[in-house]
Amino acid sequence: MSKTVLFELGLEELPARFINDALAQLQDKTEKWLTDHRIPFGDIHGFATPRRLAVQITEVADKQPDIEEEAKGPAKKIALDDEGNWSKAAIGFTKGQGRDVDDIYFKEIKGTEYVHVRKFIEGKETAALLEKFGDVFLSLNFPKNMRWGSRDLRFARPIRWMVALFGEQIIPFQIENVQTDRLTFGHRFLGSQTSIPNADQYEQTLSEQYVMASVKKREDRIISQLKQLEEKQNWKLMMDEDLLEEVTQLVEYPTVFSGAFSEEFLEVPEEALITSMKEHQRYFPVRSNENELLPYFVGVRNGDDQNIDNVARGNEKVLKARLKDAQFFYEEDQKGSIDEKMEKLSRMVYQEELGTLADKVQRITAITGKLGEWLGLSEEESRKAKRAAEICKFDLVTQMVDEFTELQGVMGEKYARLFGEDEEVAAAINEHYMPRQANGEVPASTIGSIVSIADKLDTIVGSVSIGNVPTGSQDPYGLRRQALGILQTLNSRGWSVSVEKLIDLVHQFYVELELPTRSEEEVHKDLHEFFRVRAAYLLREKQVDPDVVEAVLAQGIGYFPVAGRKAELLVEKRNEPSFKPVQEALGRVLNLAKKADEETVRPELFENKEEQQLYDVFQTVHETYSRQMSEGRVEEALETLSELADSIHAFFDAVMVMAEDEKVRNNRLGLLKQISEDIYQYADLTQIEWKQQF
Amino acid sequence: MNIQDMILTLQNHWSNQGCLLMQAYDTEKGAGTMSPMTLLRSLGPEPWNVAYVEPSRRPADGRYGQNPNRLYQHHQFQVIMKPSPDNIQELYLDSLRALGIDPLKHDIRFVEDNWENPTLGAAGLGWEVWLDGMEITQFTYFQQIGGLEAKPVSAEITYGLERLASYIQDKENVFDLEWTNGVTVGDIFTQPEYEHSVYTFEASDEKMLFDLFTTYEKEAERIMEQGLVFPAYDYVLKCSHTFNLLDAKGVISVTERTGYISRVRNLARKIAKTYVEERERLGFPMLKKEGGADE
Repeated sequence: MSKTVLFELGLEELPARFINDALAQLQDKTEKWLTDHRIPFGDIHGFATPRRLAVQITEVADKQPDIEEEAKGPAKKIALDDEGNWSKAAIGFTKGQGRDVDDIYFKEIKGTEYVHVRKFIEGKETAALLEKFGDVFLSLNFPKNMRWGSRDLRFARPIRWMVALFGEQIIPFQIENVQTDRLTFGHRFLGSQTSIPNADQYEQTLSEQYVMASVKKREDRIISQLKQLEEKQNWKLMMDEDLLEEVTQLVEYPTVFSGAFSEEFLEVPEEALITSMKEHQRYFPVRSNENELLPYFVGVRNGDDQNIDNVARGNEKVLKARLKDAQFFYEEDQKGSIDEKMEKLSRMVYQEELGTLADKVQRITAITGKLGEWLGLSEEESRKAKRAAEICKFDLVTQMVDEFTELQGVMGEKYARLFGEDEEVAAAINEHYMPRQANGEVPASTIGSIVSIADKLDTIVGSVSIGNVPTGSQDPYGLRRQALGILQTLNSRGWSVSVEKLIDLVHQFYVELELPTRSEEEVHKDLHEFFRVRAAYLLREKQVDPDVVEAVLAQGIGYFPVAGRKAELLVEKRNEPSFKPVQEALGRVLNLAKKADEETVRPELFENKEEQQLYDVFQTVHETYSRQMSEGRVEEALETLSELADSIHAFFDAVMVMAEDEKVRNNRLGLLKQISEDIYQYADLTQIEWKQQF
Repeated sequence: MNIQDMILTLQNHWSNQGCLLMQAYDTEKGAGTMSPMTLLRSLGPEPWNVAYVEPSRRPADGRYGQNPNRLYQHHQFQVIMKPSPDNIQELYLDSLRALGIDPLKHDIRFVEDNWENPTLGAAGLGWEVWLDGMEITQFTYFQQIGGLEAKPVSAEITYGLERLASYIQDKENVFDLEWTNGVTVGDIFTQPEYEHSVYTFEASDEKMLFDLFTTYEKEAERIMEQGLVFPAYDYVLKCSHTFNLLDAKGVISVTERTGYISRVRNLARKIAKTYVEERERLGFPMLKKEGGADE
């Protein structure tokens, strides 16, 4: 005999974003729980609405299957005493197995006879086991939990009822003060409290109470109504996946409605209109087939179509108020000029110790100039970069950005165009905020990238200068994300700009401007380490092994794109047998060079031809290598370094480096030191765990 | 239903649920939550059920009395029930029915909104309640106040009275709302809205406000050292309002805000901790009266 089981957890409205994941967990954990408890079952169906999470399990057996198994006890010689009586060990074993000595038989294992008994475990009644199912509910993980009333339990939202049925039978258990029953709640307004006669009739009972318990069915209903509307009105709805998921999880019985807003609002940039509709009101914005935004919106109501015109009218009123605000801001913001707005920045404190936003903009402009110089921008590009840097923050004083903070930069670009700024300059204002989130898009243009790096560098160097180094989970200004953004931008542009040099340059501005800062030494150390950790993180994300990452970054980051390519190359080399003699040779140099005090080499002190030869080869290698490194040709550079291997091996075979004569010794160490500088520039190869032998 | 009747209806409704009817607190504040009737009383084990109207100042929302939806000062109807009763959502929906809002004719939803006031070290989980897409109520289960765990948990219900009234009276412009028969919001508030906006955005003396902020902050610190919780809290409220005035004028940046907030938060933490200690020293008098906080 098998029956259907139903568990429903009734909650105050769950956050929409929790629901899909919670349901997936509930289904997985239910399956695992049933398996762990050896309860045979058919299928598991999951249901979820804002007010409930439920599983329905079909064909659940009445009982666990019985088990017969054999248990092994002590060896025969321990089980029987000298007189052939059962020993304490044998009696104890049989007792422990719920059997007695009469059940004992012997079986030989690897030449020794052991006591055995056959054990019969009778399957338990499923009904009794199901009383522990509350554990599954309590094991659900949510992004955020809360407490309520005087209770200690933490859960996503307060638990208000529970249904637990085995066929028609209530499975009794309790969580906090809530006892299982067959009573559930229908739709808050269209339905009422109702009794579920048996576990099979869950979905049907709820549907009579205006609750569509299946997520899929709710979503399908929404999509089909949206499609009908598109067809009827000749609209194209902006059907964002996330929004669709969210509205599905905000309702128990969805009905789509549409509303309109006045055409005059279409003069406001569509980003602002779309933010209002999507983010604030959870509406689907409407476009024409030509992709123009139309003055309509589509929403989803939690209920049927009774009085739906009233609901649509109410929503229109709300949206109108929001759009009127946006329109007002847009008009106000266009008054005056960019320079007037910049003026206001000088009254906005950026950070107490670091001056106003106008001060920050000045620093960004200076950094932008220097960076442009390094990168060899054309005169025109430099001019545009300078302008973009100067006005990159002006939109922060606009009312639109004050209201819709997520539109910072986006509005800056729009307004800059309206105020007659150059196209590229305008675009750079938006780009300088990129990447806007972890792994977000990096700036597309050269000047956008430069200003973006300048702004972020200034923020990081400024904060670290005054001692605000992020620790643990404390990173209130998002410095880590910004450092990653800088590295990712450098990487995508492939720019050969040394990260350390950049940092030191920016800090130099702080010193020159006499801004408060800790000692140069401390700040540089903290900054270099801060960036090094971020660089290591990005390399590891690209599947570079930790030891290679450490090797490549041992001497700092340098040119980040180059560091990445070196790392990838070394990851290949570590398994390549042909590279073994090379890394061994270079590694020996690195190890011994640590003993060197100076790096001057006087060829006249050489005593044998191997050292002269190494010296000569190194002169050629050094020249080629340096050129290749400065041009970022890391593959060729490694090839060049490899050319040293034979001479190095010959050198160590023939030469006693630690010679008695101090002059000769120091001269040899000096040569190794010079070579080691070049190797270190590539990577600290001694940190790598080589795997060629395997 | 005019606003005056709405207030009377809500007062009646929550009075029937056992709430004390309190009056607005007399120091400027941005929200009813900041009244000590909520913020301090929701700390500690003592049961506390209260309802009151709170005029709430949001300088940045001032629009010279010109914008149909925005006000320098609006009115909140605030309810606190500690511990939160199991049927608190039902009690709330009943209050909407009492106001004549038929849920079948509207779309009422509870949309996740976790409330956080970093300045007061306070956080809660809950929803904003939407009526046909308009946020009419903030519904929060307090989890933390002044950096302390809220235990038992208070349910806070904050109605935006003007917003609700614009629905109930079907008016587009907040100034056309009837306060009582023959008197509109506009009749009462147009002039103060205009003048406060002029003050906030144009006429205020920034230097004086920065000085005041520092003065209030110091005074709060000083009297906290003497364990005077309520007066110290008043000065924190004054700091907060002064900060809002400066912020509205656009003279405080996002980054600087963080610094101010952390200073005031430290103060709020001290106040919260001392308040609870003080109540404990008094033997948690309200606890004895009710015979225990547990249901």
